[in-house]
Amino acid sequence: MALLEIRDLTAGYGVMTILKGVNLSLEEGEIGVIVGPNGAGKSTTLKAVFGLNTITGGQILFDGEDITGTPPERLASRRIAFVPQEANVFTTMTVHENLEMGAYARRSDISAVLDHVYSVFPPLKAKRNQPAGELSGGQRQMVAFGRALMIEPRLLLLDEPTAGLSPLFMSEIFDRIIAINKTGVSVAMVEQNAKQALAIAHKGFVLANGMNSFTGTGAELLADEDVARSFLGG
Amino acid sequence: MNELIFFVNKALISGFVIGSIYALGAIGVTLVFGILRFAHFAHGDLMTVGAFVAYVLAAAAAAAGVTAPVPLAVVVLPAVIVVTAVMALGLDRAFYRPLRRAGSPGVVLVMASIGVTLMLQGLIRLFAGPRSREMYFTEPKDIFRIDIPGAASKIVVTEPQLILFVFTLVAVVALHWFLSRSRLGKAMRAVSDNPDLARITGISIETVVRATWIIGGGLAAIAGTMLSLDVTLKPDLSFNILLPIFAATIVGGIGQPYGAIAGGFLVGFSETLAVFNWSVLLRPIARFTDGAFEVPAKLAFVPTEYKLMVPFIILVIVLIWRPTGIFKGRVL
Repeated sequence: MALLEIRDLTAGYGVMTILKGVNLSLEEGEIGVIVGPNGAGKSTTLKAVFGLNTITGGQILFDGEDITGTPPERLASRRIAFVPQEANVFTTMTVHENLEMGAYARRSDISAVLDHVYSVFPPLKAKRNQPAGELSGGQRQMVAFGRALMIEPRLLLLDEPTAGLSPLFMSEIFDRIIAINKTGVSVAMVEQNAKQALAIAHKGFVLANGMNSFTGTGAELLADEDVARSFLGG
Repeated sequence: MNELIFFVNKALISGFVIGSIYALGAIGVTLVFGILRFAHFAHGDLMTVGAFVAYVLAAAAAAAGVTAPVPLAVVVLPAVIVVTAVMALGLDRAFYRPLRRAGSPGVVLVMASIGVTLMLQGLIRLFAGPRSREMYFTEPKDIFRIDIPGAASKIVVTEPQLILFVFTLVAVVALHWFLSRSRLGKAMRAVSDNPDLARITGISIETVVRATWIIGGGLAAIAGTMLSLDVTLKPDLSFNILLPIFAATIVGGIGQPYGAIAGGFLVGFSETLAVFNWSVLLRPIARFTDGAFEVPAKLAFVPTEYKLMVPFIILVIVLIWRPTGIFKGRVL
């Protein structure tokens, strides 16, 4: 059974329909990458999974359970975490408080997972009492990732995690995503740097005009000439 | 020396009293704004309602033969806080939540809160009439006169003022602990910071909204009861101080609880210092300099009747110097 299964999803914002039938299936432990041109509905797909927009049709299953239209605050306790592209940290709260908020949905002792997150992102420990809004872009992204990891997610949704970061930091983020995935966390991400992202993907989904246009393993999509010509810039 | 004591009595103590009341009200206004993103104009009347609840409960306690070394309104205050907090929740449920659910813009909620203000004032007058009432049933207002060595006059503090100091201190410390240490308090700050991200991390906005009304309503109950003990209870008790409370909220930085406290005291002290008759302090200096200059009989920055404009002067000055308020709030 797939961990995340999206069937014929139609969704949008208010009366504007953006997704016109998207299908996506991700097994436990996989990295799935959604690529495609601007406006194809990549971010809309992730947001629909998290109940952040209007779903007009189709179904979203998580671990076999229907979560279509479940309000976002109920998904954290199912151990689904989402890192939005923008405004993904609490800027007025300290790094430490950001991480604590990440664990809001779990009422158990969080010191072990806190230690784990600090060991994954060592720079955060030194800045733990600094407001997240005062950090650099790369460090903020670490806080956003760390916050998401605090729930010990089974599924991590990432909306363009490398947007606005320097190339050096970009490959570091990809390394971190692989490392997180190795600990058993399934990852579904939207990415503009399609080549790099597909290189680490178990599955790739190319969206165009709110519909699937290609689906395959990351390697298949990278090797496909049509995909390369239309979406990967030759 | 006598002049200094006069200054302490007339400017410092009364500044602290009115500053505390403003601060307690402004914390509620700023929390509601920080979480719900609208200016809650009915907050003043929530304070008045709290004072009337205190009056009714204290009268009932007096009729039941309860006696206490402090005013009965203080004895029943925990119950008053609960009742007022429940009323605040009820107002939200009946008037604000439906609008929120319908996705109304903030200005619609502001208008609704003005409607709630008029409704509450009408209800209070309907049941209690327009007259003023005394909040003391079983015992008179105690007044403490503190002797200062070498001075003829004394520092005068009334019992409700002392209780107000204590309650304000406790409320501020408790609020600080709540916002910086407790799980719910941090969730509240998270919702105020970034509501979408807060939902994503699993924080229920409705839970935080309820906590906001409970805290705001509870503090309004304390402020209203204390104000009515210090002066008298009347239907427009707190509506009259609504504008200074909003000035204090904005001066402190809207959405910033510590700013609201600072703003409350800043506005409170400014008011009393502005209407203080400074010639009392200048006269001894004039005597000392052998009459080098003449001191008029009354020398205040503004006449008492114009006291209400002081908060706005402070507001304009602070906003020119620091447009986001002292604690850098978020003005929309």
